[in-house]
Order: sequence, then C-alpha cells, then structure tokens
Amino acid sequence: MQIAEGVQLVTFAILSILLVGAALGVVLFANIVYSAFLLGGVFISMAGIYILLNADFVSAAQILVYVGAVNVLILFAIMLVNKREDFKPLKNGWIRQGSTAVVCAGLFALLSAVSIVTPWSISTVSPLASSVVPIAKHFFTDFLLPFELASILLLMSMVGAIILARRDFLPDNLGATSTQDSLTLPERPRELVGK
Amino acid sequence: MLQLQYFLILAAALFCIGIYGLITSRNAVRVLMSIELMLNAVNLNLMGFSNYIDPAEIKGQVFTIFVIAIAAAEAAVGLAIVLAIYRNRDTVDMEQFNLLKW
Repeated sequence: MQIAEGVQLVTFAILSILLVGAALGVVLFANIVYSAFLLGGVFISMAGIYILLNADFVSAAQILVYVGAVNVLILFAIMLVNKREDFKPLKNGWIRQGSTAVVCAGLFALLSAVSIVTPWSISTVSPLASSVVPIAKHFFTDFLLPFELASILLLMSMVGAIILARRDFLPDNLGATSTQDSLTLPERPRELVGK
Repeated sequence: MLQLQYFLILAAALFCIGIYGLITSRNAVRVLMSIELMLNAVNLNLMGFSNYIDPAEIKGQVFTIFVIAIAAAEAAVGLAIVLAIYRNRDTVDMEQFNLLKW
C-alpha cells in the first residue's frame, strides 16, 4: 500500500463513523426516503473501506451494483408503494424493541470479544498490486461452476421478479377505459385478501 | 497501522444494526434494507480476512463478488414480493402480513 499509515488510520476512522452513522439512520429514521438515501451512503463508505483493504475491483463492483442497481431499485419500490400510513402502535411494543436492543448489544459484545481474543494467523505476504487478474483467474479456473450458476440465478430471479410484480391487464377493456383517465393503468379489480 | 480487528469490529457493529432493524421495523421495504446491511457486514468480514490472512490468492474477494450478485437477485425478488403483497393487502405493515399465521 502506498498510502502512509497515519492517513490510512484517519481515513478508516472517518469512513467507519460515516458507515455506522448512516446505518443507524437507515434503521432509525421515520421517513423511509431518508433511509433509502442513507443506505446509498452506507454503500459508498463501504466501497471506500474496500479500497483501504487493497480491493479495487470489488470496490468498483460495490458502487456499480449496490449504488447503481440495488439502491435505485429500492427507491423505485418506495415510490411504487408510496402510501403514507401511520402504523398502529403495538401492545407492549417497547418490550420487543428493548429486548432486541439488548440482544443486539450482547451479540456485538460477543463478536468483538471473539475477534479481539482470537490469535489470527496474519500473513506477511505483501498485498498484490492489482486484484483484477487474480480474480479473473479464480473465476475461470476453480470457481467456474459457481460463476456460471450465478448467471443462471440472475436470469431466474429476473424472470421471477417480472412474474411476481406484473399487473393483470384487462385486454378487452383497454380501448374503453383509456379515454377517461389516461394516467391510471386498467387493472383487474380484485378484493383484498383477508381483510 | 490498521489491524484486522478494527474491520471485524466494524462489521460486527453493522451486522447488529442490521439485525435490530430487521426485527423492529414495521415497513416491509425497511426490512429489505436491513437485510442489505447485514449482507454488507458479511462482505466486510470476507474482505478483511482476504486481505490480512490470504493476500496471495484473494479468494475472499471472489466470495464477496458472489455475495454481491446474490444480494442483487435477492433485492429484486424481495421487492417484487413486497409489491405483490402491497397490491393484495393494501398495506406495507409487517404486523398485518399474517395470512400464514394460524
């Protein structure tokens, strides 16, 4: 790594503060649009931490896939289910939140203790200059089957998402209803399940 | 000098925040966002181990790329399911998605 160690430490501190603050904002903000944009902040600071870990290709992939695809997809989902509703407060809701917070704090303490106490066998090999060529070698030699399976999985999930999210159109009523209100899609009326 | 432990503790914090959001949030889209947080925490663990324990052949980064691909597929299908439930039930409240509950 060419960056000086003090600069690395300061950069790591700034990025980790940004990361934890944005993650807390994702969970705790009442407005879900703020949460979605803060989720983009989490992804971007995570890409910065990947650069600190000598992983240039994964950092670029993180920005492309997470910020460019997943975050935009979440924003579109928020716009599609854009219904302002006030959730009815649960009976004894504070018990659930409090116990969850206690369990999460305990889990964090446990994981931190394990990661501090365990003697990791740190390798002394100097890191690679570029990680692109070794990753490509892994993809086309020993990880070839999972690589191809991932493409099939992506195709399957794309077809599944289209099947799940499409609307049922009324083809015979299309001409009749399109004149009255051009902004609403004609949709087969259905009753709400279980209400 | 940056240690491996810093990255592991940061990943643990992110994972615990994700679990808290997963259990306590009422909005279904926010639940999916919490799952993304947890997947990112796991990715950070993999990248830390890849850099500090296995820097010669970086198999952890390969695993991270697979996790990113599967997370993208999961987000697409999960949001489609949320959209379908919203059309059927006219709400995104997790407490009212109780069709399969006795």
